Amino acid sequence: MVGRTIKRIYIGIIFLFLYAPILVLIIYSFNESKSRGHWGGFTLKWYGELFRDPDIIKALYYTFIVALLSSLISTVIGTFAAIGIHNMGLFGKKIVLNINYLPVLNPDIVTGVALMTLFVSVNMRLGFLTMLISHVMFNIPYVILSVLPKLRQMNRHMAEAALDLGATPFYAMRKVVIPEIMPGVVTGALMAFTLSVDDFVISFFNTGSGVTNLSIVIYSMARRGIKPSINALSTIMLLTVAVLLLVINKRTAKGDELIP
Amino acid sequence: MKNRAKLLAYPYIVWMAIFIVIPLLLVFFYSITSGNIYEPSSLSFTLEHYSKFFDMLYLNVIWKSFRLAIISTVLCLVLGYPVAYIISKSKQKHRSLLLLFFLLPIWMNFLLRTYAWMAILSPNGFLNKALEFFGLPPIEIMPGQTAVVLGMIYNFLPFMVLPIYTVLSKIDKNVLEAAADLGANSFITFIKIILPLSVPGIVTGITMVFMPAVSTFVISRLLGGGKELLIGNLIEQQFTIYRDWHFGSALSIILMIMILVSMAIMSKVDNNNNDDEGRTAMW
Amino acid sequence: MSRKIIELKNLTKSYNGTKAVDNINLFIRENEFITLLGPSGCGKTTTLRMIGGFENPDSGDILFEGVRINDLPPYKRNINTIFQRYALFTHMNVYENIAFGLRIKKTPKDEMDRRIKKMLKLVELEGFEKRHVDSLSGGQQQRVAIARALVNEPKVLLLDEPLAALDLKLRKEMQIELMDMQKNVGITFIYVTHDQEEALTMSDTVVVMNNGVIQQVGSPVDIYNEPKNRFVADFIGESNILEGVMIEDYLVEFAGKKFKCVDKGFQHNEPVDVVIRPEDIDVTRREDGLLEGVVTSVVFKGVHYEMLVESNGFEYMIHSTDMQEVGSEVGLTFGPEDIHVMKREVTEIEKQG
Repeated sequence: MVGRTIKRIYIGIIFLFLYAPILVLIIYSFNESKSRGHWGGFTLKWYGELFRDPDIIKALYYTFIVALLSSLISTVIGTFAAIGIHNMGLFGKKIVLNINYLPVLNPDIVTGVALMTLFVSVNMRLGFLTMLISHVMFNIPYVILSVLPKLRQMNRHMAEAALDLGATPFYAMRKVVIPEIMPGVVTGALMAFTLSVDDFVISFFNTGSGVTNLSIVIYSMARRGIKPSINALSTIMLLTVAVLLLVINKRTAKGDELIP
Repeated sequence: MKNRAKLLAYPYIVWMAIFIVIPLLLVFFYSITSGNIYEPSSLSFTLEHYSKFFDMLYLNVIWKSFRLAIISTVLCLVLGYPVAYIISKSKQKHRSLLLLFFLLPIWMNFLLRTYAWMAILSPNGFLNKALEFFGLPPIEIMPGQTAVVLGMIYNFLPFMVLPIYTVLSKIDKNVLEAAADLGANSFITFIKIILPLSVPGIVTGITMVFMPAVSTFVISRLLGGGKELLIGNLIEQQFTIYRDWHFGSALSIILMIMILVSMAIMSKVDNNNNDDEGRTAMW
Repeated sequence: MSRKIIELKNLTKSYNGTKAVDNINLFIRENEFITLLGPSGCGKTTTLRMIGGFENPDSGDILFEGVRINDLPPYKRNINTIFQRYALFTHMNVYENIAFGLRIKKTPKDEMDRRIKKMLKLVELEGFEKRHVDSLSGGQQQRVAIARALVNEPKVLLLDEPLAALDLKLRKEMQIELMDMQKNVGITFIYVTHDQEEALTMSDTVVVMNNGVIQQVGSPVDIYNEPKNRFVADFIGESNILEGVMIEDYLVEFAGKKFKCVDKGFQHNEPVDVVIRPEDIDVTRREDGLLEGVVTSVVFKGVHYEMLVESNGFEYMIHSTDMQEVGSEVGLTFGPEDIHVMKREVTEIEKQG
C-alpha cells in the first residue's frame, strides 16, 4: 500500500517535470504582455499574430515540405534497399548494415558538418535541395531498420509461393512482399517524418539561401528574443500531437508499437 | 531469384557511398591538411590541427563535455529506471496510456522544449517570479552548468526510459515466479533477476543519452548562455564563425573516435547486448 | 505404365563446395505419388526446389514432359508447391489466397468463384472464404495451402514436409486425406519427408536419399523388404545388420554359420551385409534354434514386446508377441526368405582409411 503511494508520487513528480515547461509555454501563449515576467491579462492575439508572421509561416512551410518529401523518398529508397539487403550474402549484408548504421551512431553534428563539407566541396549552393538531401540521408537508415525485422519475420517461402502460383517477380513484390512488410514500412515512414520535423543540427549546417525550418527559426529567436507567437505555436503543436497520438492509440490494439 | 532481389540494394549502396562514406572521408581529409579548401592545389598535409587540440583550453572543453554528459547520463539512469520499472509493472490498460503521456513531450520540437526551460529558468523567468511571489530569494542557475544538465536530462530522459522499459516488459513472468518459488523475496528477485536481465536496456539507454549529450551544442548554447562551451559548440564555431574547417574537421574526427571508443567500452560491459533491438524498440 | 512426366538427368547442386545433390538420375511417372525420403541434409528438399525452379542446378537437366526446363522461372512452370509452414499470404483472407494464381491468369470472376468453391469443398473448408488466415488452425492453414496450389490445376504438386508442423493425430488424418485427394484429382505428387513411416504409408514409390545420392528407388514393400544397402536397411524400420560372406548363390555365412537364403548373383565369397528384420525372427526353445542366446532386455511396446537377445557377441533385436524372461536362454530361428543379403558398401570413411 505504502509502496503504491510512493510510486504514484514519484510518477507524479516526473510528469510534473516533463510537463511544467510545456504548461509554462501554454500559459505565456495567452499572456497579453509581451514580457515573460509579467502577466498582462488573457489574450488570443498571439495566435492571430502567429499566422501573420512571414518568418514562422515560411519556416513551417519548409519544415512540412521537407518532412513530407524526405519521408516519402526515404521510405521508397529504404524499403527497396531493405529488400535488397535482406537478400544479400552474409558478408555483404554485414558491411552494408554497418555503413547504414553510421548516421544513426554518429553524433548529428558530425553527420551535419560532413555533409556540408561534401556540398561545399562540389560547389553546391546550400539551400532547399541540400537540406532535402541531408534529410533523406539520415532518414533512410531508420526506414531500413524498421523494415528489415518485418522481412526477417516473413515466412521465407512467401515470395517463392507467389512465384510458384504464377506471379512474376515484380508482381510478387507488389502484391505479396510489400503488403506483408507494410507495418514496418509505415512505421519507417512515420519515423522519418517525425525525425525530419524535429531535426535541427543537420538542417542547421546544410541549408542557406533563406531556406529555414522551424527549429532553425526558434534557435535564432531564442538567442535574440522569442516572439510570444512561438508560445502559441507550441500550444497548437502539443495539442495536435496529443490528439493524433490518442487517436492512434485508440485505434491500434497493440498501441505500444506505434508510439515513437 | 535471390540473386536478383539483392540488386535492389545497389542504388542505395551508391547513395551510401556518396552521402555517408565520402563526406566522412572528406572530413578526415580536411583534418589532416591545411590551406584554402576552395583551392585544392593549396592543400598540404599537416597534423597541426590535432596537436593544436592538446592545448589546455581545448582539453578543458572536452573534459567539461564529458563531465556534464556523464552527470546527465547517470541522473537519467537514476531517475529513469524507476519510471521504466513502474510503468512496466502497471496494469495493462494503464500501461500504454502512461507510456503515451510520458513520450508526448518528445514529440514537441526539441528546440521548443529547450526554449521552454529558458522561459522557466532565466533570471526573470517563471521560476523566479514564482519564488518572488512567495517572498523567497531568486535562484540563478541560468546561464550555467546546472541549467545545461537540467536541459540534457529533460530532453534525453525518454531515451533512457524506453529501452529499459522494453527490456523489463519482456521479462518472462515465469522467471519471476520461479524466483519467488525458490524463496527469493521481492528485493532479492529485483537484485538477482530483474536488474541483471535489464542490463541490455540500461546499456542501450546509456548510449542513447550519453551520445547526444556529449555532442550537443544547442542546449549548452541556449541554457549555458554562450559561456559554457562544449565540444559541440567548438565544432559549430569552427564551421560557422571562424571558418577554420580544418580544425573543425579534426575536432569532429576526435569526437567521433571518442564516442566510438565509449560505445565499444559500453558494449564490453554487456557483450550480448542486442543494440538494434533496444534502438528499434524506441519506435 | 503411364508416361514419364519429370526426368532428372545427372542433376548436381553444391553450396559452398559441399554437394547437396550429387549426380541424381530419376524419373517420375504421371499420377504417381512419389516420396523423397532421407535424413535432414540428404538433398531431398534441394531436389524438390530445383524441380520447382527455386534453385538452379549446377549441372544436369530437368525435363518436364520431355522438355528441358532448367532455365524456366518458377512462375512459368506448370508445377505448384506446398511449402513448409505453408507460406500463406497473411495479409489476405482465405478466398484471396486461393484466388491468387487465378487472378494472375485473369480468370473471369464467375469461373474463379466456381473453382474456389469446388476447392474449398475438396479441402472441407466451405464457408471459410472471408476468414483471415491467421485465425485458422494449423490443419486448416494446411488445407488452404493445398487448395491454393490445386486450384491452378498443376500437372505436378510438390509437397515439402507439409505435415511436419502438425500434431501426431492430425498428421495421420491428413496423410489419409492427401492420399485420397491425390487419387481424386489425378495429379502427380512429389512429396518430401524425413518420416519413414509417412513415406511408406502414402507413396507409390519411395526414393531414399543420403548425402545427396539416391540410395534406392522402389515401392514401399520393396524398400522395406529388400533394402539395397546398410543405410536403407538402417533408416527404414528397425533391423539387425550383420556382416557376412556370400559363399555361393543361395548360401550365406554369418554369425559363424552357413544359412540358406533366396539371394543370388554375388561373387563367390563376396563380403556382404545381411539384414534380418526384428519381426522376422522367431524365439524358440534353445535346442530348436538356428542360433542360441540370452535375453538381455524386454520392453513392452503395446502391440508387441521388443527384446534384445545376445548371441555370440551380437545383440539381436526381436519383435514378438510372446514374452520371455530376462536372462532366459532361448533359440532364434528364421527362414531363408527372412534373410536379406546386400552388397557391402564401402563408405567414404573406409575409402579414405
